[in-house]
Amino acid sequence: MNAQNVNAPSAYFLAEVSNEIETHTLSLIVDNEPGVLARVIGLFSGRGYNIDSLTVSETEHEKHLSRITIVTTGTPMIIEQIRHQLDRLVPVHRVTDLTVRARRLNQDKPLERELALVKVVGDGNKRLEALRLADAFKATVIDATTEHFVFEITGRTSKIEQFISIMKPLGLVEVSRTGVAAVQRGSEGL
Amino acid sequence: MTREMTGAEMVIQALKDQGVDTIFGYPGGAVLPIYDEIIQQDGLEHILVRHEQGAGHAAEGYARSTGKPGVALVTSGPGATNMVTALTDAMLDSIPLVCISGQVPTHLIGNDAFQECDTVGITRPCTKHNWLVRNVDDLPRIHHEAFYVATSGRPGPVVVDIPKDVQFATGTYQGPTPNPAAAHKSYRPQVKGDAASIRMAAEMMAAAKRPILYTGGGVINSGPQATQLLRELVSLTGFPITSTLMGLGAYPASGDNWLGMLGMHGTYEANMAMHDCDLMINIGARFDDRITGRTDAFSPGSKKIHIDIDPSSINKTINADLPIIGDVGHVLEDLVRIWRSSSLKADAAAMKEWWTQIDAWRARNSLAYKPNNDVIMPQYAIQRLYELTTHRKTFVSTEVGQHQMWAAQFYGFEEPNRWLTSGGLGTMGYGLPAAIGAQVAHRDALCVDIAGDASILMNIQDMSTAVHYRLPVKVFILNNQYMGMVRQWQQLLHGNRLSHSYTESLPDFVKLAEAYGGVGFRVEKPGDLDGAIEEMIAVDRPVLFDCRVAALANCFPMIPSGKAHNEMLLPDEANDEAVANAISAEGKSLV
Repeated sequence: MNAQNVNAPSAYFLAEVSNEIETHTLSLIVDNEPGVLARVIGLFSGRGYNIDSLTVSETEHEKHLSRITIVTTGTPMIIEQIRHQLDRLVPVHRVTDLTVRARRLNQDKPLERELALVKVVGDGNKRLEALRLADAFKATVIDATTEHFVFEITGRTSKIEQFISIMKPLGLVEVSRTGVAAVQRGSEGL
Repeated sequence: MTREMTGAEMVIQALKDQGVDTIFGYPGGAVLPIYDEIIQQDGLEHILVRHEQGAGHAAEGYARSTGKPGVALVTSGPGATNMVTALTDAMLDSIPLVCISGQVPTHLIGNDAFQECDTVGITRPCTKHNWLVRNVDDLPRIHHEAFYVATSGRPGPVVVDIPKDVQFATGTYQGPTPNPAAAHKSYRPQVKGDAASIRMAAEMMAAAKRPILYTGGGVINSGPQATQLLRELVSLTGFPITSTLMGLGAYPASGDNWLGMLGMHGTYEANMAMHDCDLMINIGARFDDRITGRTDAFSPGSKKIHIDIDPSSINKTINADLPIIGDVGHVLEDLVRIWRSSSLKADAAAMKEWWTQIDAWRARNSLAYKPNNDVIMPQYAIQRLYELTTHRKTFVSTEVGQHQMWAAQFYGFEEPNRWLTSGGLGTMGYGLPAAIGAQVAHRDALCVDIAGDASILMNIQDMSTAVHYRLPVKVFILNNQYMGMVRQWQQLLHGNRLSHSYTESLPDFVKLAEAYGGVGFRVEKPGDLDGAIEEMIAVDRPVLFDCRVAALANCFPMIPSGKAHNEMLLPDEANDEAVANAISAEGKSLV
């Protein structure tokens, strides 16, 4: 697909889409069977949709159901398409746009958290500064030598991003992130 | 019914339990156990094709002409990869197709074994769903689920990939569940439309001044009752009706309200009415890019009602003011009932004015072509074929290109399921195997593949299948020695530089027919055409009919790429200069 038509739903689409790009968090309940993740990811790559973050794990063992959380960006029309296309996959039980649900309930956003493991190597003041900042961010040390720390930090994506960028000049060597897990606020379940 | 049997036996039993009478296939190492069962049973006829792609298209032709799912059986590796085109074709045209493929034994999967490929991986994006059966006890359930998924909701292709050791293994067979929709954990498509929305649709229809019904393949897929209801709706409302390529035959071409096909090569009246309408009622169509032209100029002044069983079709390219999710037949049933039982009526005065406008567009006679006494015009050839076959039970398939569009324009379909064509994917080589599939299902009918000289060579090997099973399909080749549609686009877009669209050394189609054991005809003069067509119909064997037509004829009217419905290029205006300048710089990058 050539660059100018990347977002075009039709080969004839000439006008720029004027709709604004939004970020949404989708929650999928799927059968935990071989290939289900490939179906979901293949749909995104095949149709040119974006994945900012994707998290998956079995959540109901006795029913073999997994929950996939996807953070995606696009115009409202594209995001509606993504939801319907996902819903069309046979092993997908339910697709919920948590961002839309939160808006309907007059909430800012759904509850979203991710976890990161951050390895920082250094000595002297930098090492001390890293430890101080980790404390301020409520990150915990889960591994250390005299040369390094591994911090575990949990929070919203923006907090993780901020922590990582602060650690960069202090000897950041490695980051591993889980991606976003999300649920709706309030007593109601999916 | 529950009993012990091998996986291969289960495959046959499950097919029979699903009401399958015919399968199209090609044997190979990884499906030999299933073939060993096929030869030891009655009731399930196997048609041996000459290429797996042909098995897929034949199954599609069978499905499209009967309304039942088509079934194909292929081996692992190349057998499966050769099916990919047919699966994608069925995906885009929503044809129910069940493909059973053999796979290398479970313990060899992932080993780069002989004739191994990742069939479920390769076919994942081109099927509605697919399964790799790892355990023989899962086979019956998956088999029945495959039929349910292929045929329910928006129909489509599915693949069941069965490793050879699973075919040999013994397990417990279980028959289909009586209500698969209720039993399925996650896949339950909505068939009934929302009552309030249908009521609102009826009210919008009564208020409309310039309405149009725009129907598609969904009406055909929904079954004969949907067709009946559509016809009833047209006669109740008096609305004009047009259809996509896939929907031809749902409303009869001889009907008073018929505007002809719409879209890129649709009629002037259909496209102008779409552009100028104030209410568009889309019934089972999907606003494909061949239909809309440029979307930002698509029918700017209309409200749009969109009836579709697939929620992902709604608002995909064109915003619907009133979406109705549901099966066309169910929704039309409710709509017709509401229309009848309420005091709603079409606005008679407005309709009179609208029809006056439409008649003025009709008078433009957009399908006109210059008759010729010396050379057969391709349009004339289709017209004669139509006149001489319309009184019979005739199934028409096509390949892809100019001949396909001329067939859609000039062959009038009166009934659904009689028109078999590759719309979405545009697969050259579709027509001959599809005609074979239709002929297998309708032995007494006339099955004609309207072909081009280039397309027919893409699956010509299945002439051998037709001869083998005494299937008297008639291949009507409009032979202009060009890939006509490719050439037409080169004239429109590429300064008439005809890069590789001319075929230097076509085979002698008459001799080719004879080599296969069929019958060949060659006609070069318009005066000889009728006699030869009648002779072709009378022959009870497969025919290649080499109809030599005007080499440089082009297919009009046409909405050039990047243009709107009201910017059509009409045949009498399409001189060389107009053709060369028809498409703007922006339009040239489009397909």
